Amino acid sequence: MKRAPVIARREISSYFYSPIAYVAMFLFLVAAGYLFWRDFVPGQPAGMRNIFDWMVWVLVFIIPVLSMGLLSQEWSTGTIEPLMTAPIDETDVVIGKFLGAFGFFVVLMVPTLLYVVLLKLYSQAELGPIFSGYLGILLVGALFVAVGLFCSSLTRSQVIAAVTAVAILFLITIVPWEMLRVEGSTLGGAWRTVADQGVFNRYADFSRGVINLAHIVFFVAVTSVFLFLTVKVLESRRWK
Amino acid sequence: MISVTKLTKAYGHVLAVDNISFEVDKGQIVGFLGPNGAGKSTTLRILTCYLPPTSGSATVNGFDIFHQSDQVRQNLGYLPENVPLYLEMKVEEYLDFRGRLRGMDRPTRKKRIDYVVERCWLGAVRGRVIGRLSKGFRQRVGLADALLHNPAVLILDEPTVGLDPTQIRETRKLIKDLGGQHTLLLSTHILPEVEAVCDRAIVIASGRIVAQGSPDELRASRRMQARVLVECRGPAEQVKNTLARVAGVSKVEILNGEQRPGEGYVVAAIRPQETRDVREEVARTIIQSGWPLREIRLEHATLEEFFVQVTANQAMAAEQKG
Repeated sequence: MKRAPVIARREISSYFYSPIAYVAMFLFLVAAGYLFWRDFVPGQPAGMRNIFDWMVWVLVFIIPVLSMGLLSQEWSTGTIEPLMTAPIDETDVVIGKFLGAFGFFVVLMVPTLLYVVLLKLYSQAELGPIFSGYLGILLVGALFVAVGLFCSSLTRSQVIAAVTAVAILFLITIVPWEMLRVEGSTLGGAWRTVADQGVFNRYADFSRGVINLAHIVFFVAVTSVFLFLTVKVLESRRWK
Repeated sequence: MISVTKLTKAYGHVLAVDNISFEVDKGQIVGFLGPNGAGKSTTLRILTCYLPPTSGSATVNGFDIFHQSDQVRQNLGYLPENVPLYLEMKVEEYLDFRGRLRGMDRPTRKKRIDYVVERCWLGAVRGRVIGRLSKGFRQRVGLADALLHNPAVLILDEPTVGLDPTQIRETRKLIKDLGGQHTLLLSTHILPEVEAVCDRAIVIASGRIVAQGSPDELRASRRMQARVLVECRGPAEQVKNTLARVAGVSKVEILNGEQRPGEGYVVAAIRPQETRDVREEVARTIIQSGWPLREIRLEHATLEEFFVQVTANQAMAAEQKG
């Protein structure tokens, strides 16, 4: 895994050459700005909980766009061949690509720190929940990037990769949230258990200011599973 | 330097590479020659550890491609078919990335990048974005990458495809220069290319090795399938019978149907025996017979004919043995 940082570095810098990344960045910042502007009015609680909650929705669509090309482009242009014939292994590539895309996501988040500064200047905002909210959003981002990377490893088409990733993220984030919202009190038994696993429900605690170790473990574990699966997909060319 | 033993690669039920064995000695330039779909790229991909073989084994530089894949890849430079590159990167940036990927430290990278940029005539485009370069320059960037870590073995998959004649000449010259310092295995479907740059050729068709030898030996076996085309004015039957009696001629065919010569003319295809050049004898015979001669030329077998012939010869040899 020594070479993962080399790949991560190349990946981040390649985002800055890609118009799609700029479009995604623009949309994300417009969305975040709009959410903040809507919330940042006298009389409202001084926090970022609402923004954080909505941000998860936005990320369901933004992150697949950022991650769709990670591996599918390597397949379609054939650059995977020089890559894998260099003395590195599949784990280097997967971890490197993951860190690259996650790094770009972090870059995307940096401008939102301005809102924290504004909040602090104009109100008595509590920093605790804001900090835990950022921790939560980073964990969600990592999980989403891992899902996007996995989808990107499956196909040569960036469009298919993005659509599949949105579908999976929708299924694990928005569907359980919707189940709880619509039938919250009546939902029982197994369905309740399934719905509780949803990304959104686990994430909600973070934006509320609660750091629960079980949630952290959940995000790290699911992220790792998707990264592991991606390594296996890359290795699968050897089984054919 | 490269040693391949009973290598086989199956995709499902299709055998892309069928039980091939060969050796490449240190400092040699060996051409891997075959029509498209013969299994050239598959073999090269196995040797570069991109694909595993279904059975059989191979060593590169003494390292096993399966069990010591890391060492193999450290000692090997590879130019894949069609030269896939990251188009958004600049030439120097790309080479630097590849150097880092190979774990080269900064001073080594700088030194080697300077060297390969000069060696592959990339000086003028060093700071240019790869996506804006012509096919010829991209090919050189790929070559520069393959040379970057000064590998003992270079494997080049169709290094001259898609280049214009000047670029082809330059690339061939570069390849020739690299022999001696490096061991080279390159694939091509162009016969003259092998004759121009290689010490030895391995001919592969349908996943099997059908011929091996020096370019001279290949040329000789190719001459065997050459034919002499003659166009003269005379009665077809008589021309055919007279020419068939010339010493060294094994067979004469009249091609008036496909060649459509002018009124009264005859086009005959003459197959010589073995490696004899019968042109002078044929010309003399025609003149002596009083038939005005319009054209006489030696026509080499195309690569396809050559492969068909080589494979047919092998089948015949196998039959005779059995």
